[in-house]
Amino acid sequence: MVEFSLPKNSKPTKGKTHPAPAGAKNTKRFQVYRYDPDTGANPRIDTYDVDMDTCGPMVLDGLLKIKDEMDSTLALRRSCREGICGSCSMNIDGGNTLACLKSIEDCKGDVKVYPLPHMPVVKDLVPDLTHVYAQYASIEPWLKSETLPPASGERLQSPEEREKLDGLWECILCFCCSTSCPSYWWNGDRYLGPAILLQAARWINDSRDEATGERLDELEDPFKLYRCHTIMNCTQTCPKGLNPAKAIADIKTKLVERAG
Amino acid sequence: MANAAKPTIRPLSPHLQVYRLPLAAVLSITHRITGVGLTLGMLVLIWWLTSAAYGPDAYDQAMTYIASPLGLVVLLGFSLALFFHLSNGIRHLLWDAGRNFEIGATKRGNVFVIISTLVLTAAAWLLALV
Repeated sequence: MVEFSLPKNSKPTKGKTHPAPAGAKNTKRFQVYRYDPDTGANPRIDTYDVDMDTCGPMVLDGLLKIKDEMDSTLALRRSCREGICGSCSMNIDGGNTLACLKSIEDCKGDVKVYPLPHMPVVKDLVPDLTHVYAQYASIEPWLKSETLPPASGERLQSPEEREKLDGLWECILCFCCSTSCPSYWWNGDRYLGPAILLQAARWINDSRDEATGERLDELEDPFKLYRCHTIMNCTQTCPKGLNPAKAIADIKTKLVERAG
Repeated sequence: MANAAKPTIRPLSPHLQVYRLPLAAVLSITHRITGVGLTLGMLVLIWWLTSAAYGPDAYDQAMTYIASPLGLVVLLGFSLALFFHLSNGIRHLLWDAGRNFEIGATKRGNVFVIISTLVLTAAAWLLALV
């Protein structure tokens, strides 16, 4: 449901300020969303002045420096630090992206860091992804087939068939796109959102999968699929340069073609 | 349960408050708002047509309201909304045909919709006033 303002318990308040260490000449101000589930207090925005002369170039470097040297209570997800695991997705400078791929230099003014938008927050920059993972499971993201595999053991694809998966298989499930989508904000309980629909397209387009019809049946629903209104935030925010909006349009086209 | 922790209601992370909406998203919500505006504007259109059916006196009265400064401002808003909805609607038709999904095409589409709205509105008013 559309709700423009945040619930009472979610409105951020002004937080603490952590000054840069003495002698730091070149500093950048980070404003970071903090929420501590142990106190039950409202979220707050903490300010950190980071010494850029001893900091790496990416926002993730800045956040880890804060955690290591200024405030160890900061919680965030991260793993590969090179844009392949999708853990450090968050809202930086007004857009969703991976902290490890976002350069601090590219942030205008202060570096404003929030969790992925319109999600329940576990702690600080860590959103609860239970619902979106359940939606992922609902599209049954595995190869389904009635026929037995060939005696050689492997189901082969032609280069053309394989090409149909390009732009789909690269998705790392960081959910930057889904949480950038106003339609997903308002109807995320029933709308599957761009990330999951791109995954659905990945299986629908797989020449080895034999459940295409059932998959399309499952998606032919006013909410699961048709809450996409081509707002295009998903495609413009994807840190991997993929095109979820196009994948959704392809599913819609397939449904029309099937209806004849 | 004796040792069950008090269930905490997790806060909702900020959304509209922090997300810098790209131009395409702004045009998308404008499409919806102009759609509602045009539907309401239909009532004015019906009122104007009905007044013409009533006779010359009623029509003159209606025209006095429409030609008043406030009436003209409403009419300008209506024509802007109409031509925006038309231009952006064409873009939606292309999208529905599976085209123009690349980021570059989306950005070019933004510019096309804005320019086309302004040009068509100006042309309509020029035709009406000349």
